[in-house]
Amino acid sequence: MNVERSRLSGFAGGRNDEFAMDMLTPEEWTAVQLSLRVAFWATFWSLPFAVLVAWLLARTSFPGKGLFDGIVYLPLVLPKVVVGYLLLVTLGARGYLGQYLDAWFGIRLIFTTAGATVAAAVVSFPLTVNAIRLSLEAVDRGLEMAARTLGASRLDVFFSVTLPLMLPGILSGALLAIASALGEFGATITFVSNVEGQTRTIPLAIYSATHMPDGDAMALRLTVVSIVLALSALLLANLADRRIRTMIGRA
Amino acid sequence: MIGVDIRIDRPGGFSLRAAFAAPDVGVTALFGRSGAGKTTIIQAVAGVVRPDAGRIAVGETVFFDRDRGIDLPIEARRVGYVFQDARLFPHLSVERNLRYGERRARGVPFIAFDAVVEMLGIRHLLARRPHTLSGGERQRVAIGRALLAQPRLLLMDEPLAALDEQRKSEILPYLERLRDETRLPILYVSHSVDEVLRLSDTVVALAQGRMIAAGPVAGVMSQPSILPVVGRFDLGTIFDCTVARHDPAYELSTLRFADGELRVPLVDQPLGAPVRARIRSRDVALALARPTDVSVTNLLAGTVKSIVRMEGPYSDVELVVGGSSLHATVTAESVERLALAPGMALWAMIKAVAVDSRSTLFSAPDAAAPGQGGPPADGSTQVAAPHQSRS
Repeated sequence: MNVERSRLSGFAGGRNDEFAMDMLTPEEWTAVQLSLRVAFWATFWSLPFAVLVAWLLARTSFPGKGLFDGIVYLPLVLPKVVVGYLLLVTLGARGYLGQYLDAWFGIRLIFTTAGATVAAAVVSFPLTVNAIRLSLEAVDRGLEMAARTLGASRLDVFFSVTLPLMLPGILSGALLAIASALGEFGATITFVSNVEGQTRTIPLAIYSATHMPDGDAMALRLTVVSIVLALSALLLANLADRRIRTMIGRA
Repeated sequence: MIGVDIRIDRPGGFSLRAAFAAPDVGVTALFGRSGAGKTTIIQAVAGVVRPDAGRIAVGETVFFDRDRGIDLPIEARRVGYVFQDARLFPHLSVERNLRYGERRARGVPFIAFDAVVEMLGIRHLLARRPHTLSGGERQRVAIGRALLAQPRLLLMDEPLAALDEQRKSEILPYLERLRDETRLPILYVSHSVDEVLRLSDTVVALAQGRMIAAGPVAGVMSQPSILPVVGRFDLGTIFDCTVARHDPAYELSTLRFADGELRVPLVDQPLGAPVRARIRSRDVALALARPTDVSVTNLLAGTVKSIVRMEGPYSDVELVVGGSSLHATVTAESVERLALAPGMALWAMIKAVAVDSRSTLFSAPDAAAPGQGGPPADGSTQVAAPHQSRS
């Protein structure tokens, strides 16, 4: 308790050397780094799929589209524990798909960072899709038509006109995904449990801390880190959005 | 030859039937009020709209043939499409907009980047972004972009409609230059009589999805049957003339057409220049004998060909003057009082001031000599000012 106090006062009093390192315990650092890693890779892998799904939803019609639409947005409204449980049933060690993932590819998701990344990706996916879909719907189809009369094929039009004009939406979708992945709790703890260094991201670490008799200070420090990270993501999104809008002439 | 023969039916009740052949060189105007189906036709030519039946071919290339199951993709048709709203890519600079089509052009290029930039006067804009351009500049860049895709024909959808009068007159000379220098076939959608007279050689007039007239400009635009499109005020006869004389003392010019001469206010064109004069039917008065002691300058002898009673108190009297036709709108009451009948010899009177140089004289496209028809040095043009010529 005493040690914790001194760390806190160090935080407030401004000891300059090794400021950040000194602010957090190694355990807390692990959680922060893990969180950032999970959030980054979850967003990185889900982004192309999010663009594809957004395109399907905004630009195509096919039988069963309503159901597809519903399934895409389902993780947003389902209790996250349910999402985690569904992941466990499907991708767990004895899950419908999970057993083959292990047998064929040697991929194990349970208790691993990869599993935490999957959980974060699934939960943040609807938010990403939604942001990208909105930006896609805002793209003037007349411009795409003009591009085709100039000799560009559909695919060419997508990469030379549609995608650049969607950039603000893709960027804000990505930052939203990172922010929500940083905060993911329910699905992660249900699916891949709470393993230090593997799946214990910031929210899980805070949860653990509140169960420890002297964990208040740790919870408080991680809360501060959470706020700083979330705020940075929002500010960055704002800045990048303005930059890109100027770049593509929508200022 | 651009052959169009299509049928389009839309659930909302709009239906379009169009069959015409446009020449390989020069401007063919699709002329009509909004909702007439003009834009739908060029959208079908571009491949943006698929007709329910029919055939579209440009030269040897069949774009669309319902019966043979041919429907060439938009990008394979190689049509330059200039939209009413320019549609420049907002994320690219002017130069990269221009290069967009150039990079994707197929076949042997017929026009180079520098030539297009010079012709349209857009070199100083190359580094700019589209949203910093004025409406007129945007439209010029859009035209350049379409040209650099090396199209086999150009489709222009009311490229001037979104511009004010001043911008219009700023762009028209560039369009004339384009017409005269590239010799590309152009389908030009317009609802403006002035633009049609000034730019086109051939006209297809449309009303409510049906063609009501098609053919050379002077013939079509002189027919009373296009009244629903042009409106009563602009109904008139078109004469393709050349400038025969200038009379600076009185500030008058003499225009010669096939069968006579017209004296009009001074025309800002050199001797021999081709001009198109429009005599509004409402500005023509008729007399049984050669009038004397009248102020009217132009007296033309002719015979009555036909008299058609129109809506309201009006009748259209078609006179034959030499080999040309001249239409006069008079009251049905006058027809009766003078006992006009086909075959009668008459005198037509046209006030010189009624042929206002600002609203009724246009350089005729066909005979426009190379090097002529470019933008005048002083930037002034003689087009399409508001109709204020009644005197």
